[in-house]
Amino acid sequence: MNSIVRYFKGLMLLELIRGLRLTGRYLFSRKVTLQYPEDKTPISNRFRGLHALRRYPNGEERCIACKLCEAVCPALAITIESEMREDGTRRTTRYDIDLTKCIFCGYCEESCPVDSIVETHVFEYHGEERGDLYMTKEKLLAVGDKYEKQIAAARKQDSAYR
Amino acid sequence: MGVEKVLFYIFAAMMVISATMVITVRNPIRAALFLVLTFFSSAVLWMLLEAEFLAIVLVLVYVGAVMVLFLFVVMMLDINMDRLKEGFIRYLPFGVLIALLMVGMIIYVVGPGNFGLDKIAEPARHAADYNNTKALGMVLYTDYVYPFEIAAVLLLVAIVAAIALTMRRREGTKYQKPEQQISVNRNERVRLVKMSAEQKK
Amino acid sequence: MFDWFFNFINWLVAIYESWPLGVQITFMTLVKIVALMAPLMVCVAYLTFAERKIIGYMQSRLGPNRVGPRGWLQPIADAVKLMFKEIIIPTGSNKYLFLISPILSIAPALAVWAVIPFNDGMVLADINAGLLYVLAVTSLGVYGVIIAGWASNSKYALLGAMRIGAQIVAYEIAMGFALVGVLMAAGSLNLGEIVKGQSGSIFHWYWLPLLPLFLIYFISGVAETNRAPFDVAEGESEIVAGFHVEYSGMAFAVFFLAEYANMILIAALAAIMFLGGWLSPFQGLPEAVFAVPVLGAVLGGGIHWLLIKMSFFLFCFLWFRATFPRYRYDQIMRLGWKVFIPITIIWLLVLGLMILGNVPPWWSAA
Repeated sequence: MNSIVRYFKGLMLLELIRGLRLTGRYLFSRKVTLQYPEDKTPISNRFRGLHALRRYPNGEERCIACKLCEAVCPALAITIESEMREDGTRRTTRYDIDLTKCIFCGYCEESCPVDSIVETHVFEYHGEERGDLYMTKEKLLAVGDKYEKQIAAARKQDSAYR
Repeated sequence: MGVEKVLFYIFAAMMVISATMVITVRNPIRAALFLVLTFFSSAVLWMLLEAEFLAIVLVLVYVGAVMVLFLFVVMMLDINMDRLKEGFIRYLPFGVLIALLMVGMIIYVVGPGNFGLDKIAEPARHAADYNNTKALGMVLYTDYVYPFEIAAVLLLVAIVAAIALTMRRREGTKYQKPEQQISVNRNERVRLVKMSAEQKK
Repeated sequence: MFDWFFNFINWLVAIYESWPLGVQITFMTLVKIVALMAPLMVCVAYLTFAERKIIGYMQSRLGPNRVGPRGWLQPIADAVKLMFKEIIIPTGSNKYLFLISPILSIAPALAVWAVIPFNDGMVLADINAGLLYVLAVTSLGVYGVIIAGWASNSKYALLGAMRIGAQIVAYEIAMGFALVGVLMAAGSLNLGEIVKGQSGSIFHWYWLPLLPLFLIYFISGVAETNRAPFDVAEGESEIVAGFHVEYSGMAFAVFFLAEYANMILIAALAAIMFLGGWLSPFQGLPEAVFAVPVLGAVLGGGIHWLLIKMSFFLFCFLWFRATFPRYRYDQIMRLGWKVFIPITIIWLLVLGLMILGNVPPWWSAA
C-alpha cells in the first residue's frame, strides 16, 4: 500500500518540483560575486603572499644566515649561502627563493628568529620571462623595502598571538 | 526537362551509386553510411512520386532508428577483413547462383514486360492539398485491416522471439535495480537519535 | 525627401518582376529562409548568454558581465574567438567524416524550422505531414553525433556516441508516442491545424487533456537534445566532453549551434502542440477587449505569444540544468523504456476513450 502511494507520488514529480523551487528561489537571492579587479576580498594580516626580506630601522638587513628557513622549507625552494662580513657578523651572500617551487606554507616566516623573511600581502605578481619568479636576495630586499610599512603594521596587529 | 526530372535523375544516380558503394567499400561504417544515403535518396524518389507519407516514414524508421542501431552495432565490432574473405571462393558458386536467381526474379516482376505507360496508365496528379496520409490510413484500416493487423502481430512475435532467444540470465551477475534505489526515502536510511548530554565525571 | 528611397525600392521591385516565375519563387523562399535563420542564430547566441546568466544567478553568481554593457556582447566575443581558433584534426581520425559530422548535426536542426508555424499562415512550408516531417528530420540529428564520436578516433568520443545513440533512439519512441497523442487530439498532422484545433481559451489547449504526454514530451525533448540532467553523452565529469571532445574552433561551434537550435526547436514544438502556439491565453474574453487599439493587439493571438511560450520552455531547460544532477545511464534507459513508454501507451488509450466520449471542451460530437 505504502509503495503504491509512493509510486503515484513519484508520478506527480513532487521531489523534482521541490528542487526546482529551491533553485528558483536562489535566482532572486543576493549575488555574492566579487568584481575582482575593482573589489577585493578582505585579507587577513596573516595572509601569506609574496616573500620579502626585512631590514632594521637603521638600514641593516635582519637576516643572520641561520638557515633555519632553508632547513624547514618543505618544498626546498630556499637556497642560502653565507660568509663572514668584515665586521665579523655572519651574513648571507645568496638568498634565493624559487617561487615556482614555493608552496606558501609560511614555515620560513615561522622559523625565522629575527623576523627577517616574511610573507607580504602581495598576491598579484607575475613573471614575464624565465627567471622572473626566481627571487634573489636583492629582489627580496627590494620587496621588503617597498612594503615595509604594510609588513610592520601586519606584524604589530598580530604580535599578541606570536 | 522539368525540375522534377532533373531531381529524379540526380537522386536516382545518387541512389544507384551509393547502393553500389554499400557493397564495395571496405570500411563497414562507411558501408552503413552509404546505406543511409541510399535510403535517403529513395525517400526523395518516393516524395517525387507524391508518396510523402511513405517517404517520411522511410526516413523516420529506417534512417532515424534502424540504421542508428545498425551503426551502433557495427561500431562496436572489430571486423577482421581477412577472415571474412577466407570463404569467398568456396561460397562463390552458391552466391552467384543466388544473385542470378534474384536478378531473374526482379526482372520477371519489374522488367520491361510488365511496366511502361502502355501497360499501366499514368496515375492522375493530385492537387497540392491532397492528404496522402489520410488516404493511406483509410485503405489500411478498412480494406486491409486484417493483413495489417496480422503483420503487426507478426512483428511483435518477432520482437518477443528475438528477446526471448537472446536473453540469458547468468547466475551470480550483480546488477542494480534503479527502481529500488530511487524509492528509498530518508526514513529508511537515517535514524535521528535524541540523547541527553553526557555528564563530565 | 525620401523620393530617392522609393525610387530605389521601385527599381528593385522592377528587377524582381523581370525574372521568370521559378526564379522569383526560389528567390522569395531564400529570402524567407534568411529571415528565419538570421533571428534564429541570434537567438541561439543569446540563449547561450541567457544560460550562463540564469545558471549563474541560480548559483548566487553574476555570470558574464565584462564584455560590453552588462555582458551583452559576450556571445559575439565567443563567436569571434571560436572562428579564429584552429580546427585540429586528430591523427588516425577519419578526416572526411570528422568534418562532415558537424554539418550533419546542424542541418536537421535547421531544416525542421521549415514547418514551424509562427502565426496563422506564417510558415515556410505548410505541408500536410508536418508532424511526421518533424519527427523524421529530428531523428536524423543523431547521425552527426554518432559519426563525430566514431570519426574522432578517441575513446571518450566513442563512448559519448554510444551513449547518445541508445539514448536518442529510446527517447524518440516516447516522444513519438506523445506526438501520436497530439495527432489523435487534433486529427491532423499539420502543425498549423494542430494550433487551430486548440483555439478557445487556455483550457482548450492540449496541455490539460494530454498532461502526461505533455510532460513526457518535454522531458524526452530534454533527453533528445542532451541537456542536463540527461547529458551523459557530454558528461564532462566522466568522459570529458563526450562526442565532441576532439573538436575545436568552428567545428565545435557548429555542434554547439545545433544543440541550442534543437533546444529552441523543442521549446517551439512544445509551445505549438501543447500550449496553443500563437494563440492568446485571453482568447475567451469578450470581443470588446480586443477592439482596444494597443491592448487588443497585445492580448490577441500572434507571434509574440509563441515567443513568450518558447521563452518559458527555454527557461525550463536552463532551470533543469541548474537544478538536477546528471542521471546515471541505466536510470536514463529505465526511465525511457520502462516508465515513459508505458505511460504514453496508457494515456493514448485514455485519450481514445475521451475522444470517443466527446469530452468537452476539447472534443464535441461534430
